[in-house]
Amino acid sequence: MKVMAQMGMVMNLDKCIGCHTCSVTCKQAWTNRSGLEYAWFNNVETRPGQGYPRRYEDQEKAKGGWVRTRSGRIRLKGGSKARRLLSIFSNPRMLNIKDYYEPWIYEYDNLISAPLGQQTPVARPKSLLTGKPMKIEWSANWDDDLGGGPENIEKDPILQKLSEDVTTKVKLAFEETFMFYLPRICEHCLNPACVAACPSGAMYKRAEDGIVLVDQQQCRGWRMCVSACPYKKVYFNHKTGKAEKCTMCYPRLEIGMPTVCSETCVGRLRYLGLFLYDADKVLAAASIEDEKALYEAQLDLLLDPNDPEVLAAARAEGIPEDWLLAAQNSPVYKLAKVYKIALPLHPEYRTMPMVWYVPPLSPIVDVLTETGHDGEEAGNLFGAINALRVPLAYLAELFSAGDIEVVEGTLRKLSAMRSYMRDINLGREPRPEIPEAVGMTQESIYEMYRLLAIAKYEDRYVIPAAHSEQARELENMGCSLDGVDTGEKFGGPFGQASGNPVPVTIENFHIMRDRQTK
Amino acid sequence: MTASSILLWSVLPYLAIGSFIIGLVWRYRFDKFSWTTRSSQIYEGRLLSFAGPMFHLGLFAVIGGHIVGLLVPQSFTEYIGLSQEAYHLGAVSMGGLAGLSTVVGIFLLIYRRRTTATVFAATTKNDKTMYIFLVATLLAGCSATLSSAGVIGQEHNYRQTVAPWVRSILFLHPDGTLMQGTPLAFRIHAAIAMSLFIIWPFTRLVHALSAPVGYIFRPSLIYRTRDNESTSGNRKARPGWERIKY
Repeated sequence: MKVMAQMGMVMNLDKCIGCHTCSVTCKQAWTNRSGLEYAWFNNVETRPGQGYPRRYEDQEKAKGGWVRTRSGRIRLKGGSKARRLLSIFSNPRMLNIKDYYEPWIYEYDNLISAPLGQQTPVARPKSLLTGKPMKIEWSANWDDDLGGGPENIEKDPILQKLSEDVTTKVKLAFEETFMFYLPRICEHCLNPACVAACPSGAMYKRAEDGIVLVDQQQCRGWRMCVSACPYKKVYFNHKTGKAEKCTMCYPRLEIGMPTVCSETCVGRLRYLGLFLYDADKVLAAASIEDEKALYEAQLDLLLDPNDPEVLAAARAEGIPEDWLLAAQNSPVYKLAKVYKIALPLHPEYRTMPMVWYVPPLSPIVDVLTETGHDGEEAGNLFGAINALRVPLAYLAELFSAGDIEVVEGTLRKLSAMRSYMRDINLGREPRPEIPEAVGMTQESIYEMYRLLAIAKYEDRYVIPAAHSEQARELENMGCSLDGVDTGEKFGGPFGQASGNPVPVTIENFHIMRDRQTK
Repeated sequence: MTASSILLWSVLPYLAIGSFIIGLVWRYRFDKFSWTTRSSQIYEGRLLSFAGPMFHLGLFAVIGGHIVGLLVPQSFTEYIGLSQEAYHLGAVSMGGLAGLSTVVGIFLLIYRRRTTATVFAATTKNDKTMYIFLVATLLAGCSATLSSAGVIGQEHNYRQTVAPWVRSILFLHPDGTLMQGTPLAFRIHAAIAMSLFIIWPFTRLVHALSAPVGYIFRPSLIYRTRDNESTSGNRKARPGWERIKY
């Protein structure tokens, strides 16, 4: 057993209102640069929909992720090593900028600098790639909220897969259809296809926290990672010619702060915390034959942070005590493994993604209430899950490789929690048979309710700082404003402006902590 | 031997080698960030899908041909029973094909670069200069191949002249006189090629030096520990480059 720590995220989709605040703040923090105008390390897509980049889930075209060969091993779907190396001069799977969208800017200046004339001046869109006027035909959220209607939505690869089976055919007429939002960042997989595909060895998984990064000094722009990632979360910076991706805001995590997308999420739907997993078993778990068993295999990799054997093995690997404590308090471990209500996105890609999702339940309560039923009564809810507007089959294609039972199990738990808590909130006698019906206890369902509904800042984000003696080194970056506030322009009482300044990150940390909403 | 031919055939080669090696070391140490293919495939993929492999694979064959032709002495190939006529026939036919593929490839690539608005916008002055040198070298090389075959002017056995000259350079015993009797095409090709090596480290051509051969042998997944020293953002200021305090 080789215990490693992994920073993971859970998103509670019931709470996502599709406001794109996470995307915008992420963009401001990381990708508002020339060369990455088109890139969204965090994006929110409406499902059903084509996603961003368009139809990224169509792996027959993009060949992302891993496949299991007849000999029982896994290899990248893009082909053998030799085949991929030979395609280095022109990667046949590489995406075109149009698969994302052609970035543009409006000629706002024209609005104030145009000479007086008969017509009102307009701000025409101008391509950021060529500098020429362009016609906007697509963007990252062109089909937001089912925009464009069936014409666009029908191209959703998952809908197309489901439409082969008439029983799961999804209605797209506006009054009968459904939608929910899916925020996506890099999955920071345990078995990352991008890392395996990088010819120069520039991509790596950090041993301490499992964050997948691109070494900008070592990247040579072979662009194999872009096509190998099944989630299409590695972007090609077309100005620098290097790959860039979501860093899980590691500079923030290292000092115990949540990622920008988590911090600014108005729905407070994101959870951050540690998993402990067995690195020796990752390959075997990813090589399982039955795609539907991959979710369970992934769960089996996650180790119980309260098990003394696991703790001893973790200490032997040099994982610090504060990290073990954080792993024990980890909200993501509880949601994924203890309550089993968070599911990985597309486990069938065999990358063992570490961003998990609590599937959406909400619409069903509203629908039941509208039809005159008691929307939160347990019996009604359980019965109605199969008649969800968001078809179980659709959710199952996203989160459990098509296994409807898994998704149904999580939704039953979520509805049981609602019914059970409703009795408590209305001052009625709580009914222990409700948690029992979904295999939970009254205590555990109440704790789950606290984590999902109360969702305190300190419960949502349990982030151990980078190991302290290393963190000191990180902080000594210096700042051009050092000493300005204190008025000590030319040093202290000893006359010399020598010695180390107050580390700027510690200063920021205190300022930010005071501003955080609790 | 005139002063200019001494400069050309005994001094310039070492300038080229020096610029190539020192330039590469300098670029790697101080500007590693720009060491990339600067691929434009994200803008345009259709033309690239055949022009890219045509050029690059053709070029590999051309480089292979140069290594054999210049570094293996004629006496060796004759010793293993390969007559000059047979060698020449093989070299000209294979070299001709490789050269054709490379030249057609690069013209397609340049056509793509000029006609695709996005790719053209991403082409720097440095790229344009490099293309001039690269295309000139390739064209001169092709005409040298034709001239060695006797299509242009007299048939010429470069393995008695150019090849020993290259080896004399590498053995640090330059003999410029070997180049004096060669057809003009060979001399032009050699001179432009040397200038290409001089500018090489300062262009995007550096990506050729990082061909990912190691990929074949390395494990799939790479783990690295958090490194505070070598990441650029956290790097301590180098001596003499500390920030001004005010």
